[in-house]
Amino acid sequence: MSEATADAVEAHDAHDHPSDWEYVKIAVILAVFTAIEVLTYFESVFTIFETRWVLLLTLFVLMIVKFILVGAYFMHLKSDDPLLTRSFVVGVVLATAVYLVTLSVFNFF
Amino acid sequence: MESATATAVDTHHEHDPHATNTGISNNKLAMWLFLSTECLLFGALISTYLLYKTRGNGTVVPAEIFDIPFTSVSSFVLLMSSLTMVLALSAFARNELDRGKAWLLVTSMLGAVFIGGQVYEFTAFYREGLGYTTNPAASAFYTLTGFHGVHVSIGILMLMSLWVAAQQGKLTSKNSETVEIVGLYWHFVDIVWIFIFTVIYLIPLD
Repeated sequence: MSEATADAVEAHDAHDHPSDWEYVKIAVILAVFTAIEVLTYFESVFTIFETRWVLLLTLFVLMIVKFILVGAYFMHLKSDDPLLTRSFVVGVVLATAVYLVTLSVFNFF
Repeated sequence: MESATATAVDTHHEHDPHATNTGISNNKLAMWLFLSTECLLFGALISTYLLYKTRGNGTVVPAEIFDIPFTSVSSFVLLMSSLTMVLALSAFARNELDRGKAWLLVTSMLGAVFIGGQVYEFTAFYREGLGYTTNPAASAFYTLTGFHGVHVSIGILMLMSLWVAAQQGKLTSKNSETVEIVGLYWHFVDIVWIFIFTVIYLIPLD
């Protein structure tokens, strides 16, 4: 195999995955977001959220950001083939839609 | 893409016995499709809990006796196990086998700590008078978190299998995709807990 060919194959094989240091940085961000989530539980902080919907919005935004960070970086969806992202998103969207309808039918909201 | 490079990549594909039409290995695609279907399973269990969470029939419901500080520590442990999992994969991809094996062990241990926490939580709830059939809220809670615990336990078994394979020299950088596929499962279990922790534990009852 010539040098050019070897380089091309290596480039093709190499996944554009984050470095170890980047993984640690993502983990720190996840830990900070989790700490903020837990803080909302305590009464003194809870009073900051004057209405229930502000608390719910904060928790849901943090949860979704954590979900996306794990999926994009730890599960490599950011750098892998888009087909994998589509395969997973179909499941997430389908499940969310089905169970939102189910909860609505049972007057959950 | 330059002609030489394109030719080289084509040649690589022709000689790859596992080449697929999508360019993605079948095992990896299968794992992603499996995880996609798991969303429906956990969606059903979470929805059931949300519908029944206040149905105590005059007895205590799980949300009244949650120990949030304790569960927060468990959640943190599981979250950090996702970090050690990617570090294991990264080490195997670089062919740093000893380091990879060490991270696999650490990930397994963090998973075991999470399961230990869950067993402690279930025991504490039982002592508070909350059995599996005490009320619909308890049944839904134990089923949801129990199913998640089973998933974590299966993940630990898979991690230990990888460690044994690595010890026997069957796992190197050439087949590090196996580590990646187990890692996908492990991260998914973490993602599900991110959802459960917020929706089930942190959002207070009305």
